[in-house]
Amino acid sequence: MPGSVVIHPPLSDDTVDKLAIGDRVLISGVIYSARDAAHKRLVELIRENRPLPMDLAGQIIYYVGPTPPQPGMPIGAAGPTTSYRMDPYAPILIEKGLKGMIGKGARGDAVIEAMKRYRAVYFAATGGAGALISKTIKRAEVVAYEDLGTEAIRRLEVEEFPAIVVGDVRGNDLYRDGRMRYRRE
Amino acid sequence: MGVREIPVDRITEVVRRLCIEANTILGDDVVAALETSLAIEESPVGQDVFRQLIRNADIARTEGIPLCQDTGMVVVFLEIGQDVHLTRGDLETAVNEGVRQGYRDGYLRASTLDPLTRKNFGDNTPAVIHTRIVPGDRIKVALAAKGFGSENMSQVALFPPSHGIDGIKKFVVGRVDAAGPNPCPPVVVGVGIGGTMEKAAILSKESLLRPIGHRHPNPDISQLELELLKEINNLGIGPQGLGGRITALDVHIETYPTHIGSIPVAVNLQCHSGRHKESII
Repeated sequence: MPGSVVIHPPLSDDTVDKLAIGDRVLISGVIYSARDAAHKRLVELIRENRPLPMDLAGQIIYYVGPTPPQPGMPIGAAGPTTSYRMDPYAPILIEKGLKGMIGKGARGDAVIEAMKRYRAVYFAATGGAGALISKTIKRAEVVAYEDLGTEAIRRLEVEEFPAIVVGDVRGNDLYRDGRMRYRRE
Repeated sequence: MGVREIPVDRITEVVRRLCIEANTILGDDVVAALETSLAIEESPVGQDVFRQLIRNADIARTEGIPLCQDTGMVVVFLEIGQDVHLTRGDLETAVNEGVRQGYRDGYLRASTLDPLTRKNFGDNTPAVIHTRIVPGDRIKVALAAKGFGSENMSQVALFPPSHGIDGIKKFVVGRVDAAGPNPCPPVVVGVGIGGTMEKAAILSKESLLRPIGHRHPNPDISQLELELLKEINNLGIGPQGLGGRITALDVHIETYPTHIGSIPVAVNLQCHSGRHKESII
C-alpha cells in the first residue's frame, strides 16, 4: 500500500508512540500467533507466576488460527480473527510487555486503558483476506501448545504484512472515528 | 414415476467437492458486488479493503488457498425428492463423511468441537443438516461454510405484534450497528420473519443462499429489503468497520406465516466472504 510505514518487531516505546490511528503499516520480522485457547493458557501461567513459552517484551501477537498448509507451503490461509474474544486476557499480556496486537474489530475499554497506560498499539488486518495475507508469511513454527492444533502458538516470520493502526497509545479508536465520519442520520 | 435409487456415497462425493469449492472459489455474485462497491466507496481505507478482497479471491481461486482461515462450520440444506430411495448407508453419515474428506483433502481448518469441554474433533464434523422432502426424484444439496465472526453477531427476537414493520426495521438495523466491525463488513444481512423461533432462524440462514442482487419476488418485501439496505449503509460502519459507505452488500428477507401473538425476527449476518455452493444429484 502506498504511504505505508515499515515496522520491525520487537517494537520500542518510541516506535509505538509515533504510530497513530489510520497509519498503514507493513510489518517485517517475527510475530506470534495466539487466539482464544492459547490466551487462556498464557494468562493462567502468568497468574501462577510460571514462565511463558516466549518473551513478550516488545512483541506483537497476531490473533489467527490458520488453515493447514498445503505441501511445500509454510502456512495456509491466515487472516485475523475477531479480537474482542481476547479482551479478558489482553490487558495482562500488555502489562507484561506486549507492544502490539493484530486482529479485527473493536476492543473493550479495559484493553484501550491498558494500551494507554503501558504504551501498546492495536493493528487491524483485513478480515477474510486469508489467502492474500498467507503470502506475507514466509515461515511458521509451533512454539507452544501443539495439542491446540490451529490454536497453537506459532512463531511467524513475516515480510511486509499489511495492517492499519486502529488503536494507538493516546486511546484513539479508528472504528469509532471512521464510523462517525461516514454516518448519515 | 418409479423409485430412483441413489447410493449415499454419491452424496459424500458431492459434499466433499462443495466443501472445497465453497472455500476457495468466491461466487461470481460476490466478486461482482465487491467490484461495484470499490467503484462506489468514498473512503480510501475502504477502497484498499475492497482491492485486497478482490486480490484475495483471485489468489484463492488460482492457488486453491482458502479465502479465509475460518473455513466455517458446514451447514447443508438437502431437498430430497420423495421418489428417491437412498441405498448403501445412511444419509447423515454420508454427509459427514463428505465434510471429513473435503476438509482433509482441501487443507481446510477443523473448527468444530464439543461446546462444553471445548475439545476439537479434528475433522470439522458434524455438519448442521436441514432436510426437506419435496416432489420428484432428485436431491438438491446446498452447502454453506459458515464463518463464526459473523455468526456470533447474529440474533433472534420475538416481538409483540404492536412492534410492526418499523419495529422489525429498527431491530435489523440496530443489530448491524451493534455488530459494527466484528462480522467482517461489508456483510450480507439475512432476515427471517415469521414462523416460530427456530423457523425464523432457519429462514434467515436460508436467505443467505440467495445470490447478491436478487430480490424477493414479493414487491413489498423486495421494497423492504432495499429500504433496510439503504438505512444500513447510512450507518457509516464501512468495509471492515473502518468507516465508509458500504456496510452491507445486500439484505435478503424470507418470510413464513406466524401466530397472532408474535413477530419472530432473526438476523443472520454473513461476512463478505459468502461461501456457499449447490449441486443437484
